[in-house]
Amino acid sequence: MLEKLTDLLGKENVLTAPEDLIPYSFDGTATFRVMPAAVAFPRTTEQVSACVKLACETNTPIITRGSGTGLSGGTVPSEGAVILCLVHMTEIIAVDPANLTLRAQSGAITLKIDEAAAVHGLFYPPDPGSMKISTIGGNVAENSGGLRGLKYGVTRDYVMALTVVLTDGTIATFGNACVKDVAGYSMKDLFIGSEGTLGIITEVLLKLLPRPAARRTMLATFASMEAAAETVSAIIAARIIPCTLEFLDQMTIRCVEDYTKMGLPTECAALLLIETDGHPAAVADEADKMAAIARSHGALEFSTAANEAESLRLASARRSAFSALARVRPTTILEDVTVPRSHLAEMVTFIAKTAADYKLTVGTFGHMGDGNLHPTFLTDERNADEMHRVHLALDAIVTKTLSLGGTITGEHGVGLAKKPWLRQQLGDASLNLMLQLKQTLDPRNLLNPGKIFN
Amino acid sequence: MHCGMCLPTCPTYDTTKRERNSPRGRIALMRAIAEDELPVTREFADEMSYCLGCLACQTACPAGVDYATLFETARADIEQARINPSPTRGFYRFVTLHLLFIHPRLLRVFGKLLRFYQTSGAETLVRKLHLTRLLPANLRRLEPQTPRISEKFSNELIAPLEQPATDPVKHRVALLTGCIQDIAFSEINRDTADVLLANSCEVHTPPVQPCCGSIHSHNGETELARDVARRLINLIPPEKFDAIITNAGGCGSHLRHYTHLLEDDPDYSSRARLWDQKIQDIHEFLAKIQIRPPTAAPFDDETKVTYHDSCHLTHGQKVTLQPRQIIDLIPGLKRVELPEANWCCGSAGVYSITQPEQATLLLNRKVEKIQSTGATHLLTANPGCHLQIQNAMPALKVIHPISVLAQAYRNESISLN
Repeated sequence: MLEKLTDLLGKENVLTAPEDLIPYSFDGTATFRVMPAAVAFPRTTEQVSACVKLACETNTPIITRGSGTGLSGGTVPSEGAVILCLVHMTEIIAVDPANLTLRAQSGAITLKIDEAAAVHGLFYPPDPGSMKISTIGGNVAENSGGLRGLKYGVTRDYVMALTVVLTDGTIATFGNACVKDVAGYSMKDLFIGSEGTLGIITEVLLKLLPRPAARRTMLATFASMEAAAETVSAIIAARIIPCTLEFLDQMTIRCVEDYTKMGLPTECAALLLIETDGHPAAVADEADKMAAIARSHGALEFSTAANEAESLRLASARRSAFSALARVRPTTILEDVTVPRSHLAEMVTFIAKTAADYKLTVGTFGHMGDGNLHPTFLTDERNADEMHRVHLALDAIVTKTLSLGGTITGEHGVGLAKKPWLRQQLGDASLNLMLQLKQTLDPRNLLNPGKIFN
Repeated sequence: MHCGMCLPTCPTYDTTKRERNSPRGRIALMRAIAEDELPVTREFADEMSYCLGCLACQTACPAGVDYATLFETARADIEQARINPSPTRGFYRFVTLHLLFIHPRLLRVFGKLLRFYQTSGAETLVRKLHLTRLLPANLRRLEPQTPRISEKFSNELIAPLEQPATDPVKHRVALLTGCIQDIAFSEINRDTADVLLANSCEVHTPPVQPCCGSIHSHNGETELARDVARRLINLIPPEKFDAIITNAGGCGSHLRHYTHLLEDDPDYSSRARLWDQKIQDIHEFLAKIQIRPPTAAPFDDETKVTYHDSCHLTHGQKVTLQPRQIIDLIPGLKRVELPEANWCCGSAGVYSITQPEQATLLLNRKVEKIQSTGATHLLTANPGCHLQIQNAMPALKVIHPISVLAQAYRNESISLN
């Protein structure tokens, strides 16, 4: 296999030395580490197809990887697997302002896609925390969210078409540039969020929006996490859909401040980062209304970013939250539970209580407007007793989430990290249908085996 | 934490897109070595040599990973494992790390000889006769880039103690003169002293100063680095000064981390802590004491300038705003922001010697960005960047921000007359 792979891609595009492989034995997720057999760097859809055919002939499992920033262990190798790393497939092929679309290879960086759109006054809204380095292919495979999910939705809402290499090496295209299309099953939707287990996405056609004319970023501080959560519920109940309603608890605020030194209020219990965008008049109106709601729900302070640069700094500070939490303890176990928004305050309280019950340190932040929370346990994987308590706490949080009609993962995917709880959420009928689908599309289980389910 | 936020800021990862060429990948290799999963191999040594040590990853890291220390520890481990023994490498390391950059007087003698060679016509003759062919390939390529040695060194330009001409003394400071700065850019040291004097400082400049040890630490010679650090603390007792001033980005980044270097030395650990508190980059110090804005322009005509952040000033010392603020205070300058101003220029200590290919890639990228600004003057505060960029762009005026400021102060008296 390796010899043929080298013939196919050239020596410089196939890595096998231990020093080359060790850095590919993990992704952005804590605690998972497995060595791959090799890492290969195809540059075209045709090369990906040829690699997959080779893998088929030799029964070699394939892990598709972009920048390796995933947070569910989705690109952690399995034993003997070859990683297909698509980071050289970065071309942004075309922006079509007439049809509001952008076509790119799947290794293109998310931020670069929005920048390419911006040149034409257009906008690609999904902005996952790692957008400066995450690849669009990875975003599609995980159906990533971001800070603007509340108003603009997630990656799925912007995928119009995909080019996918199937498990036998066939190159297939699903979808097109039409706004409406009901010809047969929506196959592209099957591959969005499939975590590399059904096919390899090599090209994407994305929907763009006009770039909002105005934007305002605001900060509100609270004496309790519940007050912040209630403010969010009140904003939504008041029929306002801001683009961002992000939440940081005190632990997270302090870590982010430690990193950015931008003068965040470290004494408050909770902070909301609120952003509204669109027509200038609408932005001003929504901003005023939200300020009033925040104040009437106990906001200690409410401030507005002075300019675009400060807005960007605040959003970028929020994006650093997960990594900044690693300042406290060596291991950060990140959760991604999501509940219907009316249950937010209840969920936030439960998380704090659970952490206290199990004597654990937790930092919670998240996309409050989406009901998507990231309680992050700050722990040490070398401490077996503490890790056991972390797992008990995770179990309790998942059970509570599901009892509230929530989901175990809002935007990070199941991968390895959330696999233990998938059946609990889906039930037998739903999970078995998924397994049947996997069996049909990848009968020999060569594509990212062991992810989502066994 | 291995989130990958460092990847887009790493110049080597940006070039190859391979994880092992990234901070996250290098740390994974260090971890594998620490956990006995991998021995210290040749490949690992090559990898750590490929790292620029620019520390852009440290600025990018929300988790606060101390890459600088990991990097220096790894290089020291590699030296101890004797991965790279070769007689030539051993010879160059001995001459530079153990002789020239330990004994400042010897470095000056070497500098004087080099100056004689450069000014006597010998260099011109050697170049005309193509005698440089006799040099090994990597030195031959570098020969044209040899820094022009200053006519006078710092000790010939700056008295051990200088007082402000008229103003009462507000601050008592010591001035570090550096190694390369001392023999190739001694006028920058004179300018720094002038600027300090113009800002009511009493300036102490010991005439013979040892190297700060930065070059030793970066190249895995931790013990030598400790030696020179102790000598420097003895020479310039931190308790006697309000601030100890450095004007070279690379030196400053190392100088302010003596606490870590000497933490296990009971005689020096507390003084090292005090030392680190007193070390200040000149721009940082001027901003802190509220610099007196110059009233005259440094140049005859309005001049378009741009500023390049040296890696170790911006990532190592987090001094980014102050140089720009100072430049913006100087009359007659029009500053345009340099795109990718804090992306490494490829100089990176001895990197342009050890990794010429990657260094050239980075230099070309820097040149292109500088050209895009249309500036006639590039301001930068580190001798490595200064040489690297000046050699690539002979028509550009490369100059230290403090030299421009000093000229502006000097012109005040001329305009008064």
